[in-house]
Amino acid sequence: MCLAVPGKILEITDGDELLKTAKVSFGGAKKTINISFVPEAKVGDYILAHVGFALNIIDEDEAQKTLDYLKEMGDIE
Amino acid sequence: MKYLDEYRDSGKAKSLLDAVYKKVTKNWNIMEICGGQTHSIVKYGIDELLPKEINLIHGPGCPVCVTPVEKIDKAVDIASNPNVIFCSYGDMLRVPGSKSDLLKVKAAGYDVRIVYSPVDAVYIAKQNPDKEIVFFAIGFETTAPPNAQAVFLANKLGIKNFSVLVSHVLVPPAIEAILSSKDNRVQGFLAAGHVCTVMGFREYEDITLKYKIPVVVTGFEPLDILLGIYMCVSQLEEGRSEVENQYARAVTREGNIFAQSIMNEVFETGEMKWRGIGRIIRSGLRIKDKYKEYDAELKFGVVNYSVEESGDCISGLILQGIKKPFDCPVFESKCNPEHPLGATMVSSEGACLAYYLYKEKKLT
Repeated sequence: MCLAVPGKILEITDGDELLKTAKVSFGGAKKTINISFVPEAKVGDYILAHVGFALNIIDEDEAQKTLDYLKEMGDIE
Repeated sequence: MKYLDEYRDSGKAKSLLDAVYKKVTKNWNIMEICGGQTHSIVKYGIDELLPKEINLIHGPGCPVCVTPVEKIDKAVDIASNPNVIFCSYGDMLRVPGSKSDLLKVKAAGYDVRIVYSPVDAVYIAKQNPDKEIVFFAIGFETTAPPNAQAVFLANKLGIKNFSVLVSHVLVPPAIEAILSSKDNRVQGFLAAGHVCTVMGFREYEDITLKYKIPVVVTGFEPLDILLGIYMCVSQLEEGRSEVENQYARAVTREGNIFAQSIMNEVFETGEMKWRGIGRIIRSGLRIKDKYKEYDAELKFGVVNYSVEESGDCISGLILQGIKKPFDCPVFESKCNPEHPLGATMVSSEGACLAYYLYKEKKLT
């Protein structure tokens, strides 16, 4: 139920603040997603989508930090 | 897919497991709150790869599973009305009420529809002005803002033939209820990543202080979960009890303030009954007075329902982490996905369904 899927914003569709939507690609499958909770979202951002709403913008730097940390762990082994 | 595949790397999983093996010296009980995490753990066999000292306890974080029987009965009664189009997330249709379920209502010819988003239900209302459209608004904090937005939107657009049957639950009061129970065995928590995407993790800081227990905000992919477990075990072994954030790519301390504000605009906290668990104070959301014309319970007069829960099903004990699905005497026999007795066998996040799909019951 709390499943949220990462997708890339391809295009921001006009709309008022409540109905602001974007066309989002989920590994190639395109869907219209409401982006009213992430008003700062721009084309190229990755968002986490849940029941048709973007809950946040994925923080690329933090994602990389986690991957770097995991790589370091592997290197120590 | 980016942000999924790189967190499923088996080589990195092996390194993380090695690190957990090196860290652990004592027995620890760790609860993953969210049913989505339970499914990842059982699907990828994480629980069987971990050192025997670590016992993962599956928590109550499945909104479908904890929706009270009375609420299902209300949904069934509202949906069994020829003037109603009843809209729901798909998982709810097969959850048994005391007499029936929504799928049987649909099979009897009433208009029950699965929607992907609550906003879809608002549009159905706009397109069908002569019908009453009711949306079954269930979920944790992750889903509350989209559901609140649907009510806010209907109000703004002046749509009056739309209402919501609300069954919203909150994670921190459930954690407190588990920790306050005399049967509690949980020594550390993996907090539900997407709930924290919305809410942040400030409220968990009070819990770590009050109960001296580690909480690690954790994502859903196998490497996220293994790293969350490693961080939690490290805290336990080192005698620390803090909130740590494994899922920093999706969670900040403050959460999403836009989502929180729409949730607070439409909903307020109140007492909530959890299926199989009982009443927990301030653990649910209800519609504020200013939006009460959108409250389906008031609109359809479905109030004061009270039913006993099925005697065979032990889902309440499973949801509290006291028992595991294989402890249930009717698992697989009287209760299976075709004929579920409890919601934990129905929901795609239910622990019983995860065990049914992915685990082999060892002969004793």
